[in-house]
Amino acid sequence: MADLETVERVKEIDVDKYKYGFKTEIESELAPKGLSEDIVRYISAKKDEPEWMLEWRLAAYRRWLTMEEPDWARVDYPKIDFQDLHFYAAPKTTEGPKSLDEVDPVLLETYAKLGIPLKEQELLAGVRKHDEPSQLDDAGVPSYGSGKVAIDAVFDSVSVVTTFKEELAKAGVIFCSISEAVKEHPELVKKYLGSVVPQSDNYYATLNSAVFSDGSFVYIPKGTRCPMELSTYFRINEENTGQFERTLIIADEGSYVSYLEGCTAPMRDENQLHAAVVELVTLDDAEIKYSTVQNWYPGDADGKGGIYNFVTKRGDCRGKNSKISWTQVETGSAITWKYPSCILRGDNSQGEFYSIAISNGRQQVDSGTKMIHLGKNTSSRIISKGISAGKSSNTYRGLVSAHRKASNARNFTQCDSLLIGDQCGAHTVPYIEAKNSTATFEHEATTSKISDDQMFYAQQRGLNEEEAVALIVNGFVRDVLQQLPMEFMAETQKLIGISLEGSVG
Amino acid sequence: MSILEIKNLHVKIEGEDTEILRGIDLTVNPGEVHAIMGPNGSGKSTLSYVLSGKDDYEITEGSVTYKGDDLLEMEVDERASAGVFLAFQYPIEIPGVPTMTFLRTALNAQRKARGEEELTTPAFMKVVREKSQMLKIRQEMLKRPVNVGFSGGEKKRAEILQMAVLEPSLCVLDETDSGLDIDALKIVAEGVNALRSPERAMVVITHYQRLLNYIVPDHVHVLSQGRIVKSGGKELALELEESGYENFTEQAA
Repeated sequence: MADLETVERVKEIDVDKYKYGFKTEIESELAPKGLSEDIVRYISAKKDEPEWMLEWRLAAYRRWLTMEEPDWARVDYPKIDFQDLHFYAAPKTTEGPKSLDEVDPVLLETYAKLGIPLKEQELLAGVRKHDEPSQLDDAGVPSYGSGKVAIDAVFDSVSVVTTFKEELAKAGVIFCSISEAVKEHPELVKKYLGSVVPQSDNYYATLNSAVFSDGSFVYIPKGTRCPMELSTYFRINEENTGQFERTLIIADEGSYVSYLEGCTAPMRDENQLHAAVVELVTLDDAEIKYSTVQNWYPGDADGKGGIYNFVTKRGDCRGKNSKISWTQVETGSAITWKYPSCILRGDNSQGEFYSIAISNGRQQVDSGTKMIHLGKNTSSRIISKGISAGKSSNTYRGLVSAHRKASNARNFTQCDSLLIGDQCGAHTVPYIEAKNSTATFEHEATTSKISDDQMFYAQQRGLNEEEAVALIVNGFVRDVLQQLPMEFMAETQKLIGISLEGSVG
Repeated sequence: MSILEIKNLHVKIEGEDTEILRGIDLTVNPGEVHAIMGPNGSGKSTLSYVLSGKDDYEITEGSVTYKGDDLLEMEVDERASAGVFLAFQYPIEIPGVPTMTFLRTALNAQRKARGEEELTTPAFMKVVREKSQMLKIRQEMLKRPVNVGFSGGEKKRAEILQMAVLEPSLCVLDETDSGLDIDALKIVAEGVNALRSPERAMVVITHYQRLLNYIVPDHVHVLSQGRIVKSGGKELALELEESGYENFTEQAA
């Protein structure tokens, strides 16, 4: 029980670090607005990168100049002025709210419901940084102990991380920041970076390639089962990953790793545009399980101020009998543009995609997956659960394709949409291409509403309206929830309820 | 104090002109079991929905008092937490939600609403195990999603299990005997009888006298065309069985 508490605390603390973990010397750094070759050079120099990395970034930048922002997704937002953005910025330079009174009360309410103590709320909402005293100290507001508790927890987390580091090192697992990997493991980075998502892949991925800030690097050696689930909570680098996160995970022959990304606590962030790239590579007989919970600020009731999330996530089952499994829970962001995909290159390789995408208010989600069958006897499975409420729009966009040589490719797709209220939209856009006559593709799709009878039944048993909706929706997404690691499951169930508050009545 | 006091209740479906209930008077005291019998279309189910607070009905006249409070002013879940339980004629399916989870969520929601502590998992499990044994419900069934793929008998037993776990003060049973074979009927009736207590009242709505052989009522009311046309003791049910509803229907007209 004590252990659990510690883990909980560390999670809370590390959540804050995610945003405020900048080292002091970085805090003063801020690149001028706009994007140019000079800015790319500036970023690379700040990170003290080798020449080859700079050249790689520059190649991406030059490519990006020739590209146009895609507009095929079912999302609508004002045009982004890329010359008006900082591409290398520290949060200290942006003024946050002065006290909790200035923070969107809706956000605070959500924190309270997730059980986040007041002082942590200050951090999450950007009122205070870690090294600043809480404003609540003088006010005498009873809260989660004193600042000392938080500091202890930081020490705690350091010790936990140290233990992790030792254990991982023993197994030969490399888990570090991508910046560190560029310096310490250049041969691996050179070999794999951009090998799944090339620099020229798409507008946002190319932008990311030019200016990526940081992210995680994981290498699991041959025949190794990673001794623990790797989580961004416990990422060893203390630096903020910024808005252009880059993650690279390589599972060598016969290895296995489960990676957890994200956090259920809603995050406020000054950087409106996020464009991450995640690349996964599995060699022969290897497996990667990648789970995400994303709950970024969705904006106010009118959708203002929410995060734009343009992500490219792709896994390459490069070796035979390898497997990549994506599980995602998307509840935040004003705009989500995200298609975690699998390239099933190795014979007998398997790809999986399990998704829960919830949209409420004015949120716009265009998400799905691509399963590209290249090898023989490859199989894939897609379970997508979209829930739309409020005035939101929720689109599933998926591609399943079998190339000429992909004999006996198999896919099963189940795509269910649930509507709450009568002002939201759900769309399903499946693309299916089979160039090999032995392919077997199945696609099932349903659209339903929460029925009045179900609501009445649950309420007659004592649940209020919001509890009833949360219960019914949790039932609807159960197949996907079960794919999540245990510790994420309970949190996610709670999160689903919170995400849908105000969606009825 | 009576548990339920219905006075001159007039009800119609929202947006329609025809009255379904046309002046019901009924007083139910703690410990009593009242049977409401009547032909199809007499307004039996409407009465059960109005008591539990379903939308779609408009109360045009009259009042319903529950333990001294105005029941009609309360939300559906408030009524539930205050102890009003409706055993549905057609229990609703909730896919993906295990019955056990549903039970626990409901019980804890009610406890929370009443300002009581939530039950711990072991304490809850113990309660459920005891109550489900009596209703011959296997634990395996409780893992299945609420009412999904349940047989008619399973659905009704699950309703009574919910009633047993939630321990309401006023149980309204809407055609609980429909769709049951004789064995299932006996089990359900036993479950209901076990819940009879001096503090609790029941309103048993049924078309057939058969159920009342097993759940013996203190009072029987005949509902016809939206009115209670005759009240009596349990022997009234037997009388109905012999002569049918026809006499009463004419009486009402």
